[in-house]
Amino acid sequence: MAYLDFVPNLGRQVLLTIPNLGAAASFLLRSLVAVINRHFSIQQLLKQVYGFGVRSLLLMIVAAFFTGMVLGFQGYYALVRFGATSALGTLVALSLLRELGPVLTALLFAGRAGSALTAEISSMKATEQLSAMEMMAVNPFAWVVAPRLWAGIVVVPILCAIFDLVGIFGGYLISVPVLGVDGGTFWAQMQSNVTFSGDILTGLFKALCFGLVVTWIAAWQGYAAQPTAEGVGNATTRSVVTASLAVLGLDFILTALLFT
Amino acid sequence: MEKRAIDWWVGIFVLLGIAALVVLALRVGNLSGFAYNDGYVLHADFSNVGSLKVRSPVRLGGVTIGEVTHIGMNPKTFMANVTMRIEPKVKLPMDTGASIYTAGLLGEQYVAIQPGGMPQNLKPGGTITMTQSAVNLDQLIGQMVFNKASGSK
Repeated sequence: MAYLDFVPNLGRQVLLTIPNLGAAASFLLRSLVAVINRHFSIQQLLKQVYGFGVRSLLLMIVAAFFTGMVLGFQGYYALVRFGATSALGTLVALSLLRELGPVLTALLFAGRAGSALTAEISSMKATEQLSAMEMMAVNPFAWVVAPRLWAGIVVVPILCAIFDLVGIFGGYLISVPVLGVDGGTFWAQMQSNVTFSGDILTGLFKALCFGLVVTWIAAWQGYAAQPTAEGVGNATTRSVVTASLAVLGLDFILTALLFT
Repeated sequence: MEKRAIDWWVGIFVLLGIAALVVLALRVGNLSGFAYNDGYVLHADFSNVGSLKVRSPVRLGGVTIGEVTHIGMNPKTFMANVTMRIEPKVKLPMDTGASIYTAGLLGEQYVAIQPGGMPQNLKPGGTITMTQSAVNLDQLIGQMVFNKASGSK
């Protein structure tokens, strides 16, 4: 009757998940509020912005460039059947600004920075560095978690803006010089159909939400990890998987709320 | 990594982000359209504006000289009233005409200005009287199909 274990297992999972969610929420709140703690240092924040942002820049630029070029090719293939290649600029810009920019930035960020963040915090926990800080009356939320969380919130929209721009440039390079779409039409159609607040700023707002969620999940998985070598590995895997799924799910909700 | 170096890199990173946003706003989102704010206003009544939108371009000889700022309905004449903002350096004669054209077969619609020859210029807030409405593609196709059908008898 082993398969009947499914039912009590499900019940136990639910009972375990609900307090976990509550703990994760209070973890987020304590970390965000820790900015006003005296152990929060701008120097730490800058160091994290450097680690998350500057060192992910090259990855983002390469990814954005190829995404934009593929969009140009595929958009052309679809539009040329209707003789509507003049809409290619609009298609490339709107897909990047509204969906692909924020989502791909967040997914890459979860893989590049989120995993490292989880591994860092969970090994700090495994080697009892967090407990040592508490012993020295240093608030680990203010010293370790808050700079990383705020860095994530600041960095992802900036990366997203750069991603959008490089992606549109990649789409332009394929559409105009390679496929022979008229350059003037490409930009003019884009400009008349893209709005600054409706498309560009809402896309960046999405990126900001993703930045918060990805760093939150990564930091929480690290903080809640089993303090063993295996626990660190598990936490890192779970961090990337959960953060990626959360980004995709949250994207659906944000799109439904913002773009209707 | 030296502390100073990190500060520099973060500064450059943030500046890059701001620069990207500015380029997006100006080049992609066309926020520079606000440049027409110092232009003067002209009106024109059309019997049909088609799919003309606010912020559609106003062109003279293919060059954009302004944009549509408002589209309303004149309740007395049942004509669509289009308000445009024109660059101040472009002075149009009194007998200027305005038509609504489509860029390409399926492109966006715009107001095309045909300047007249009268010595007096239109004053700010003036009205262009000679107008030609948007070509209604559905109507044209309908007429063509109807003609074909009657001609083949």
